Amino acid sequence: MSNLPVTERDLFVVGTGIAGMSAAVYAANRGLSVSQAGSTGEIVFSSGLFDVMAVHPVEEKKLWDNPWEAMAAVSADMPNHPYARVTRDDVEKAYGELFDFLSKFGLHYRMEKEANCKVLTPIGTEKTTWAVPATMWAGVEAFKKNAPALLIDFKGLREFSAKQVATTIGDKWSNLKTMRLDFPDSASMKPILTGIMAQAMELKETREKLYALIKPHLDGVEAVGVPAILGIYTADEILEEMEKELGVKVFELPTLPASVPGMRLKSLFEGRISTLGVDLKLQHKVFSITPLDDGRYEVTFGVQAPTEKVVAKGVVLATGRFLGGGLFADRHHIVETVMGLPVSQPADREEWHRTDLLDPRGHKVSSAGVEVDSSFQPVDENGNVVHERVYTVGSLLAHQDWMRMKCGTGIAVASSLRAVEAFVAQQ
Amino acid sequence: MQTQVLIIGAGATGTGIFRDLALRGVECMLIEQRDVNAGASGGNHGLLHSGARYVSTDPHSANECKVEGDIIKEFAPHCIENTGGLFVAVKGDDDEYIKQFPINCEKAGVPCREVSPEEALELEPNLNPDVIAAYEVEDASIDPFKLSLENVADAEAHGGVYKRYMKLLGFNKEGGKITGARVVNTRTGEESVIEAEQVVNATGAWAANVAEMAGAKIGMTYAKGSLLVTLSRLNHRVINRLRPPGDGDILVPGGTVSVLGTTSVRVHDLDNVAPSIDEINRNIDQGAQMVPALDTCRYVRAYAGVRPLVQLGEASSDRAASRGYALIGHEEENLENFITITGGKLTTYRLMAERCADLVCNRLKVDAPCLTRGTVLPDYVQTEWAEPSILTKREWMRRHNSEDYLLCECEIVPKSAVDTILDSFGEGEKPGIQAVGLRSRVGKGSCQGAFCGARIAAHMYDRGLFDGNEGVESMRDFLSKRWKGQRPILWDAQFNQAELKEALYFGLLNLEMD
Ligand SMILES: Cc1cc2nc3c(=O)[nH]c(=O)nc-3n(C[C@H](O)[C@H](O)[C@H](O)COP(=O)(O)OP(=O)(O)OC[C@H]3O[C@@H](n4cnc5c(N)ncnc54)[C@H](O)[C@@H]3O)c2cc1C
Ligand SMILES: Cc1cc2nc3c(=O)[nH]c(=O)nc-3n(C[C@H](O)[C@H](O)[C@H](O)COP(=O)(O)OP(=O)(O)OC[C@H]3O[C@@H](n4cnc5c(N)ncnc54)[C@H](O)[C@@H]3O)c2cc1C
Repeated sequence: MSNLPVTERDLFVVGTGIAGMSAAVYAANRGLSVSQAGSTGEIVFSSGLFDVMAVHPVEEKKLWDNPWEAMAAVSADMPNHPYARVTRDDVEKAYGELFDFLSKFGLHYRMEKEANCKVLTPIGTEKTTWAVPATMWAGVEAFKKNAPALLIDFKGLREFSAKQVATTIGDKWSNLKTMRLDFPDSASMKPILTGIMAQAMELKETREKLYALIKPHLDGVEAVGVPAILGIYTADEILEEMEKELGVKVFELPTLPASVPGMRLKSLFEGRISTLGVDLKLQHKVFSITPLDDGRYEVTFGVQAPTEKVVAKGVVLATGRFLGGGLFADRHHIVETVMGLPVSQPADREEWHRTDLLDPRGHKVSSAGVEVDSSFQPVDENGNVVHERVYTVGSLLAHQDWMRMKCGTGIAVASSLRAVEAFVAQQ
Repeated sequence: MQTQVLIIGAGATGTGIFRDLALRGVECMLIEQRDVNAGASGGNHGLLHSGARYVSTDPHSANECKVEGDIIKEFAPHCIENTGGLFVAVKGDDDEYIKQFPINCEKAGVPCREVSPEEALELEPNLNPDVIAAYEVEDASIDPFKLSLENVADAEAHGGVYKRYMKLLGFNKEGGKITGARVVNTRTGEESVIEAEQVVNATGAWAANVAEMAGAKIGMTYAKGSLLVTLSRLNHRVINRLRPPGDGDILVPGGTVSVLGTTSVRVHDLDNVAPSIDEINRNIDQGAQMVPALDTCRYVRAYAGVRPLVQLGEASSDRAASRGYALIGHEEENLENFITITGGKLTTYRLMAERCADLVCNRLKVDAPCLTRGTVLPDYVQTEWAEPSILTKREWMRRHNSEDYLLCECEIVPKSAVDTILDSFGEGEKPGIQAVGLRSRVGKGSCQGAFCGARIAAHMYDRGLFDGNEGVESMRDFLSKRWKGQRPILWDAQFNQAELKEALYFGLLNLEMD
């Protein structure tokens, strides 16, 4: 182990989810040298929707139209919630830097600054979120106005039924019609998946065939919706072309994982983060992080076993929760997997999950995680900082239930920004 | 509605009686408040007992199991995996019990063969190397869902009428005679009355409640048992612990999985049984003494069932067969056309059905002998997909027609199979996703229903089976029911899977919001 090649860096970012990727962007933007490692990006599981905050208190299912007011209420009511450690400015600045990075490479997001918006989900429910990919925006607006629209699905695409969406949302979007098409050249696709369709949409030939199939059905239609399949690398351009060709607004709806909007984020991050000088080691796992006598950290990583070593002045731990790999549950306890940090958790397994899946209070274990101070440095049960230059960010943080509060990405970016800024200030 | 015999409760017993009477040519109707095997028959171990488990405590029951087990293996081989079984003792187990075991088997007429610890380990490599004694017995594994569904299908083929989602609310009586059963369709809320010459109460643990509606009293207590299903199969044969019955001492293999159980906990509320985390821990801790891999293996779900314990005494008539099951004619309560049959075992369901049908026929003055002993139970296609992972993915790729595709990828359930299931529902029966889950492996694989649930909802909307937000309600119902079996086993990979499911259904799909 001692004869592994060693590289020196300012910051090491562990994790390639939204929290890790945005931390890398913020650090690079501030002139830090950055190494980053992460396994298969769980980012592909994400819907591509960027929440700030929508539901609080969870047990009352109270839905907020204004994400900033919701955030302020949470900060006041829940002093341990990650949002209680950041300001609205932090969230806006964090999203701002992220959008700059994404739009530089052609991926745009749209939102109303002061309000949440509603996106239809693939099961016809309404998801309240803040920023959505530009390819989804026309759907948000058409839904709001009950505009005459046509939602298209494709034969053989199993988890997207236009009829399901339209039937379920029927009362609120009575002017939504549906139609089923054979996706061009789909006979050879088995199974038919949105990712494969999106790859095909990158070809002009496929797109033209699709436009021709849609065109005869546009009488009285103001907007056309499809599941998210409008390409992986050039979605915004494809949207523009399609709107021009069809002469109506076009929008995508989110789909179940692995979703194309998630793939877009993943491929953009992975392909372009190096332009900021970040040294990204994809499919690499961090095996150990050891504090050195000089205050720095020795990080070992590799694909199956540690094959490389970085000595960094600081570490950002953005390893996610159970799905991401940052937390692990055995039959009795929950542990943090990389550094063995203290994890705030219910006393035993009996208390982890409620007996009713839909218990309005949510499950206690959803709030388990790493406790931090205002610089997002992990602390023990007495509130003492555990490591001088280690920061934990994203869904690994305790005292949040992002799934029910609808604040996943917002916490991820804001905590990452604050962690990076704290590290810079402490240097 | 009118019928000659009304049977209440579609568990193993009720469906067994249904087929028995139908084969005898008696006009009968079976009603069930939920769906086939909603009670103990859907929450048991699936062990076709050789009888060896009972030789020390109840030799009569033991022999009954031996005889009935042999009969079932003859007429319903497609519902059975004839695995054979082992009884094993490990270091520390009671020597006296071990010594008495073969003697008791002999007395009860239950065959057993001693095998050396070395041979036992060769037969079952996952056994604890500290095995000190082992016996081979004639246990087998039985699929209770398939059995009950086949019994219903065969009864229907012989003129029987089955009504699911039909709950008994009470009886109309004139003197000692039940003149009508008041029922409600739980899907539509529609109430009606069924008139019958004889009424059979085959409601298992609910038997006392139903008897009370008729004005009869049965003393009953309830014992809940919890079990766990492993992700992959750990044993070839049924493995029993060679000691007095306790937690986690039977491991029953079936298809691609093994099932570990069972605990025994007194309960009072019959409609809210779920395995508790404490019971699951006890099963694993005890089971791992027999098969150490149980401590580290992955589990896909847990479930629980309730055993009714009938206190036979003054309240029951002398017709009540002792030991195991209770057949009550209610003559002493001056009821002339009401019969209760409860308790017993899955293994003895046929015998219970025969005895009950004999009494019914006796009262109806119908002279028709029981035919279930020799008549082969046909293999109806509609239950094919309930079997564990009946197809491998590769086999599926080879066999399927090009228009078909998989709705469940973990357990390889194609659209065509789901359609067959949906087609088996009549007009107005309104199946939900849960009804598909009951008749197939849908929701039972490692995704815990996360993906297949959504796909089946989409498919059912496409077929026009859901209106408005009925599909959303159905998804909530399906996921909530699955949850009961998942909550107790959420650690390691299953925990992560549960988190994905929550991220998807709550984080993205807002299913928890009204
Ligand atoms: C199905 C689904 C739907 C979602 N929908 C929304 C939505 O609508 N709106 C919203 O705002 N958010 C949504 N999210 C949440 C969002 O995508 C992120 O999960 C959240 O922002 C937190 O991300 P994270 O970066 O903290 O963790 P994760 O995304 O879990 O990333 C953790 C990363 O750490 C890596 N890692 C773990 N251990 C190691 C190690 N030892 N070495 C190296 N790397 C390691 C993993 O490989 C991974 O790259 C959704 C998530 C899911 C799963
Ligand atoms: C944990 C456990 C493990 C077991 N393991 C085994 C084993 O391995 N081998 C074995 O041989 N036996 C085993 N048994 C025993 C076996 O499961 C039962 O003996 C058998 O299933 C009982 O069937 P039943 O039809 O009498 O009752 P149930 O299956 O409980 O059926 C009663 C039915 O009546 C319905 N009902 C109730 N009230 C009403 C109403 N008002 N209107 C309409 N319908 C109503 C219920 O919904 C239910 O479906 C086990 C039992 C338990 C609890």
